Amino acid sequence: MTEAVTNTGGDWLRLIVGLILVLIFSQLNALFLVWLERKVAGHIQLRYGPMEVGPHGLLQTIVDGIKLVGKELITPFKADKKLFVIAPVLVFMPVLVPFLVLPFGPELIIRDMNVGLLLIFAFSTFSVLAILVGGWASNNKYALLGAIRSVAQNVAYEIPLLLSVMSVVLMVHSFKFSELVMAQQRIWFIFLQPVAAIIYFICATAETNRAPFDIPEAESELVAGFHTEYSGMRFGLFFLAEYTNMFIVCAVATSLFLGGWHGPFGFSLGIPGVVWFLAKTYFLLFVLMWFRWTFPRVRFDQLMNFSWKVLIPLSMLNLLVTALVLKFV
Amino acid sequence: MELFLFVTFSALTVGSAAAVVWHPHPVKSALFLILSFFSMGGLYLLLQAEFIALMQVLVYAGAVMVLFLFVIMLLNLKPRGEDRAAFKVRVRWAVPLVLFFVGGVLTAVTGALARLAPAGSHGPDWVAAQGGNIRALGRLLFTRGLLPFEVTSVLLLVAVVGVMVLAKKERR
Amino acid sequence: MGRGGVYPRPLITRCKRHPKEKSLSQVKENRTRGEIRPVLAQRYADGWGVGAKRGRLQPSASPPFAATRRQVSVEKPMSQYPERLILNVGPQHPSTHGVLRVVVELEGEVVVRCTPDIGYLHRGIEKLMEARTYQQCLPLTDRIDYLAGSANNLGFVLAVEKLLGVEVPPRARYIRVIIAEMTRIASHLFWLGTHAHDLGAMTPLFYAFREREQLMDLFEAVAGGRLFPCYFRIGGLARDLPDGWTTEVREFCRTFPDKMKDYETLLTRNPIWIRRTRDVGVLTVDEVLDYGLSGPVARGSGIAWDVRRADPYCGYEEFDFVVPVGQNGDTYDRYLVRLEEMRQSCRIIEQALDRLPEGDIAVDDPTITYPKKTDVYTRIESLIQHFLLVEEGIRVPEGEVFHHTEAPKGELAFFIVSDGTSRPFRVRARTPSFVNLQVLSKLAEGRLLADLIALIGTIDIVLADVDR
Repeated sequence: MTEAVTNTGGDWLRLIVGLILVLIFSQLNALFLVWLERKVAGHIQLRYGPMEVGPHGLLQTIVDGIKLVGKELITPFKADKKLFVIAPVLVFMPVLVPFLVLPFGPELIIRDMNVGLLLIFAFSTFSVLAILVGGWASNNKYALLGAIRSVAQNVAYEIPLLLSVMSVVLMVHSFKFSELVMAQQRIWFIFLQPVAAIIYFICATAETNRAPFDIPEAESELVAGFHTEYSGMRFGLFFLAEYTNMFIVCAVATSLFLGGWHGPFGFSLGIPGVVWFLAKTYFLLFVLMWFRWTFPRVRFDQLMNFSWKVLIPLSMLNLLVTALVLKFV
Repeated sequence: MELFLFVTFSALTVGSAAAVVWHPHPVKSALFLILSFFSMGGLYLLLQAEFIALMQVLVYAGAVMVLFLFVIMLLNLKPRGEDRAAFKVRVRWAVPLVLFFVGGVLTAVTGALARLAPAGSHGPDWVAAQGGNIRALGRLLFTRGLLPFEVTSVLLLVAVVGVMVLAKKERR
Repeated sequence: MGRGGVYPRPLITRCKRHPKEKSLSQVKENRTRGEIRPVLAQRYADGWGVGAKRGRLQPSASPPFAATRRQVSVEKPMSQYPERLILNVGPQHPSTHGVLRVVVELEGEVVVRCTPDIGYLHRGIEKLMEARTYQQCLPLTDRIDYLAGSANNLGFVLAVEKLLGVEVPPRARYIRVIIAEMTRIASHLFWLGTHAHDLGAMTPLFYAFREREQLMDLFEAVAGGRLFPCYFRIGGLARDLPDGWTTEVREFCRTFPDKMKDYETLLTRNPIWIRRTRDVGVLTVDEVLDYGLSGPVARGSGIAWDVRRADPYCGYEEFDFVVPVGQNGDTYDRYLVRLEEMRQSCRIIEQALDRLPEGDIAVDDPTITYPKKTDVYTRIESLIQHFLLVEEGIRVPEGEVFHHTEAPKGELAFFIVSDGTSRPFRVRARTPSFVNLQVLSKLAEGRLLADLIALIGTIDIVLADVDR
């Protein structure tokens, strides 16, 4: 392609190595997160969680993955065969793209694009598309209801999500991740933009279909929602994509509001940037899991009302105030 | 490399656009439209307009088309087959009409563009001098393109109000 | 309290003999001639039977107690509603509490109509009892509401004892109260966990099961069975309490209110929980009475109808406890009522433990109680007594009896017709889940699909209890 995308010229080696690392990291990370979720759930619920395979069940998810690969891929008789098969691929491919621009450390950005932040949000919308296609192609009423809920929810929550992100972008004048993070060397944006940070995190929870906003796959109502009919590794792809998406939204939250690879208030304490970054991201992931095992599920209408009547006006107001302060102060 | 990508994306754009029209199934039609928008985003990228490319993907392929699909799936439109003959009759009228309108729109747009940004004045060098794609676009939009920009937003506002009125009426 | 400070009439009145059946002897005669079925069918058709047609709940075949059921909107064929979606919730579904099937008509996410379809777990327990001796019926009653086995046992043995005219010794009576209240707590804990899980909060389930597990262990210690203890016997108890059991129960009662704080912090003041339950499934006093609802469902609407207080059995009048009632009759109030009931049950258990006397655990009547095992081996009279009780069973005098008790889910009543033999001529169990379930379609109409799930949970049904 051209310089517009790559910025630093045709450094193909870097791109290829980066892609391979992304694939390995995103897979291992998703497997680790599944394990972590089960552990967190277990300890919150007075259990141990997986303990059998590997030390403290660390290898459990790998074994589960092997089991999923070995399972029969069932395609319902009345399903739309082509779309049914495409949907899991469609949900999994876009979640790999954001890793290209995530700032893991000062030197650990595969491509520091000047539209990096937008790239992530552009591709995150595709997971909704995949859910919609998968839910519809299953030709199952529960799956269809789950897909419909998912779309309504994602459309509603993407607006405040982008608006809250915009107020940070206004402060930095850039969509570039390295600049966004560098601007937080002294003080993290969570202290300057607390409202935006909270709105972002709530919307991110909803965007990734996590409890208490997990209504697209609300098991007590819709059995398994949009992936009711999926089995084997097709289900596995939906599952891995969900956890990779969680990682992405938390990584974005870290780089936008928690100073990315910086330590608090400019003190790095001799710890490398990538460690700071991952520590903060995993802390946010833990908070997401904590939510899930603590809160009941909100109802569909409450969910929509919350976004349209509370979050969108609030984020709009926040954006306006940010703009006014930046202009006149 | 660039030529190869250009040919691929163009073929995808045109091919899937044709499939939108020809495919009997509304849901698949809409999916082809998404593919068309997406590859159009690729074309923008080749033109070094990465901001527009991402906006194309984010807004059209992402938000707008997902809502489209949503409505189509909700209405549960069935693939139509019986009126293929009538469709073919309509094509005879459609071709000149489409050519006429496309020609008109193209003339208008190129005319407006020529006034807004004369050819050659806004090349890659100019964009680089402005400090990147987004800055350049923003400056252009809020200086020379301010009136059309504001008119568009008023138009959208009218559409939003119209939808609200229609939805309210339905409830009663 | 509803309706001017008077307790509402018991929901099932004594079932009278049908005019066509002049006497019990004629009924027996009918049976010997093989004509019992038409006669019984006539009883049901005339609305004399308590429960009407077994099986499907259909508005057209209205059983007598559902005569006031609100008419659903005028029927139109489904083709006139192209936008409607028929969703078949169950019988295999994560949150229908068993094999309930609900046919839901949806407009978007709104439930336009829902029709519960029951009978998937019908085992014919009432019919099976007709072929068994009274002692053999007892394990069957465990299986009626499998989450509250002892409560069903209690209802049945009390009905039979009423027919026999015996009264169990005080020690047995107190132990029965202790076990029954423990069963109530166990049942409510199960309800709490599953109800919270239905609304998306999985963690309370594990906290509730932590305490339920303690209770199950206590049941196991005393009876050998956990889910189906079958510890009560006609005329008393199966055996005395094991050593140290009462101290463990005391310990449970001491720690339980503290542990309930865990559920309260997770749910009671949780804004999401409040929004999911408040004003959902509101039942007015009149509706409760019209539908014949009982138990916490009725008390949530402010009707202080508790059989333990209204028509005390087992000496409940001796205990100091509160019958909690709600004000709004919504899901949240029913939740609060059940939580408070668990605390009150704890109080009753503590009082019963304080007053627990020494003494016999069964009536001293050789025609009812089994002899001691050592006596069976050494004394011929005891051997014969044992043989007769096992082979022939307890002979129950001819007559009809109705006895109602307050089971965890509502009013559980047994109606037994005895023809003087050792096997019941007819047993009818008025189970709370069956009666309470009928209000589901009314509550769910016009609400969201997610509310339907909450409503199934708040009615607290067990499908074994519905279908029997």
